[in-house]
Amino acid sequence: MTSTIIWTIAVVTVLGALLALVLFFIAKKFMVREDPRIDLVEKAMPGANCGGCGFAGCRAFAESAVKAGNLDSHFCPVGGNDTMAKVAEILGIEVKAQAPRVAVLRCNGSCGVRPVVNDYDGAASCKVKAQLYAGDTACAFGCLGCGDCVQACAFGALSMDAETGLPVVDEAKCTACGACAKACPKGLFELRPKGPRGMREFVSCMNKDKGPAAKKACANACIGCGICVKTCTHDAITLDANIAYIDPAKCKLCRECEAMCPTGAIHGVNFPKPLDKDAVKARIKERNAKKEDSHE
Amino acid sequence: MSKHTFSIGGVHPHDSKISRDCAIQQLPLPPKVYLALSQHIGAPAKPVVEVGDKVLAGQVIAEPGGFVSAFIHSPVSGTVKSIGPQKDLAGNPSMCIEIETEGDEWAPGIDLSDTLITEIPADNKAIIEKIRLAGVVGLGGATFPTHVKLSPPPGSKCERVIINGCECEPYLTSDFRVLLEKGEQVVVGSAILQQVMGNVPVTIAIEENKPEAISHIREVIGKLPYKNIEVMPMKMRYPQGSEKQLIDAVMHRQVGSGALPISVGAVVQNVGTAMAVYDAVQKNKPLVDNIVSITGECLPRQANFQIRVGTPFRFIIDQVGGIPADAAKIISGGPMMGKAVANLDASTLKGTSALLFLTEKQTRRAPESNCIRCGKCADACPMGLEPFLLVRLAKAGEMEELEKNAVQDCIECGCCLFSCPARIPLLDHIRLAKGAVLGAIRARAAAAKAAAEAKK
Repeated sequence: MTSTIIWTIAVVTVLGALLALVLFFIAKKFMVREDPRIDLVEKAMPGANCGGCGFAGCRAFAESAVKAGNLDSHFCPVGGNDTMAKVAEILGIEVKAQAPRVAVLRCNGSCGVRPVVNDYDGAASCKVKAQLYAGDTACAFGCLGCGDCVQACAFGALSMDAETGLPVVDEAKCTACGACAKACPKGLFELRPKGPRGMREFVSCMNKDKGPAAKKACANACIGCGICVKTCTHDAITLDANIAYIDPAKCKLCRECEAMCPTGAIHGVNFPKPLDKDAVKARIKERNAKKEDSHE
Repeated sequence: MSKHTFSIGGVHPHDSKISRDCAIQQLPLPPKVYLALSQHIGAPAKPVVEVGDKVLAGQVIAEPGGFVSAFIHSPVSGTVKSIGPQKDLAGNPSMCIEIETEGDEWAPGIDLSDTLITEIPADNKAIIEKIRLAGVVGLGGATFPTHVKLSPPPGSKCERVIINGCECEPYLTSDFRVLLEKGEQVVVGSAILQQVMGNVPVTIAIEENKPEAISHIREVIGKLPYKNIEVMPMKMRYPQGSEKQLIDAVMHRQVGSGALPISVGAVVQNVGTAMAVYDAVQKNKPLVDNIVSITGECLPRQANFQIRVGTPFRFIIDQVGGIPADAAKIISGGPMMGKAVANLDASTLKGTSALLFLTEKQTRRAPESNCIRCGKCADACPMGLEPFLLVRLAKAGEMEELEKNAVQDCIECGCCLFSCPARIPLLDHIRLAKGAVLGAIRARAAAAKAAAEAKK
């Protein structure tokens, strides 16, 4: 009886040792030589595999970055500048810090201002809805409200506001990975620089219809009137296809456009004080009067 | 009872052909028409008129924007008011030519008389060119340019022309009325198609719920001097009128995945198309009007109108006494495959076959529940797909698996949705996945082509 047990143990041990030896030589012979820095870079990454950098995951990013030898077209929006500094250190190169970005919703057609003109009872998915028709309001460009973006966000930074019917971005959680921008069939999310102390100014509308049609569809729509373009003293605003766009690189956050916008399509966020529209308007009027005086 | 039908899947919706006894009426000319530049499959047409131009009915206003594309003609005489985006029936902007109607003066050379011309010109190339110049597209729903279908790629041979008079969609009666009232034109049109495809046999397939049409067309064929044209009564079943299903039913041949009907020797044309071919070849009349059923239980009266292409929906609806109070949904096309009209200011297209009014009770979707794996959708799918699986894959975004499971073969007939006891919007998800997979397949083909050219 005992001899059987001893024999078994002996055979298994010898077999194990032999196979281990075989495996050792196979591993040596067929070893794939890989740059050890790829592993190091991958470890430095956040590991969310969100695809926000444009690569299939953190590993793909690491492989590409090591292969390229520079970080020109590589940026991890989730890890931000800290992660990129670490990656640069591993690769022994320098990297320029990029301004942190955040997703902003370019639609402010909340339930109260954008009347529903038809009834949708199909699948609760923005993509399905967008494929079927323009939407249940007269605005063919606005938020469809089914929350595809909320589902797409891997960081829990998006939620639907029941009152407005629009998604809300939690800035503290948003990593600007861009998953929401990809998920939105209407392309309403823009990744914008966070701005100094989070302050930023943007046009929260994508309606390309002409003024009267846009206004009829939604009281908060950008009607392409161009008042903001005329008001801006920093050349930061351009008007294209009946939509104003504020260039974040040129915007000086004076909030004059926001005060002058007749529909309230321009939004300023994280400013310490609420906007005193009348004061700003008075200031612009005074300045214009002075300008005219100097012309005369 | 006929045994001819396709081999797998299919459903039996109630046929509800309540407008079947309404003779075709001419709809008065609308004050304005809007011609969408993209009302056929393929590249959008390019306008050849400018704002302010005077046009005559039947005059070319847009030319093909590519090989697979079609001419567009003015349906009325009047002045071009604008060329720009108008909202289509889904509310999305689409490029349109707007013409203000001033009268009904036709361009010279168009024969508007009722005389039947049975003698077919001998030159097939000239016939195809005439069809192309008349802007004829498939009127069965897909609006594929007819001249492209009639020019099969080299190496493929047509063995049978099938004229599709199934009209398997519930409610629609436009093809039925055409068969009954314009049977002669349809048969001459069929004979023209027969000659162009090399004197092959022609089968006019008509479902059994239209016995008057079957006997009438048989009578017409007997009177006219053509050979090898027969009527085949079909067993009622949806989607019999789908091209691949009809080829299966008539010829017992299956068109492979991604292949064209010509690969099994078949060319399928709708009866409306056959009539348009007759008009184009024998009468020089371009495709500027089509027959549209105005139907629905809630309407006070049903109608089959001959309508100029580009007529605004609102104008048509006013002609039948406005929208009934209990109508909850208006569909352009049939209830199975038609599109809900979200914008009544949109206009008809060449392929518009019906305006269907449904009540809240008829149209409201019941709440969706969980899939119980009953497999009814797989039984109903005429393409042999597994909709329940495709939806799960689509929700998970598994593109490769979706392609392996042939989501690209879906014909969007809606049988899965119709049969689902859990009321899952199967087709909505599948259609989305199909679009994505087809896009990926096309991108791959384009990349392969580019790589092959780079090698050269």
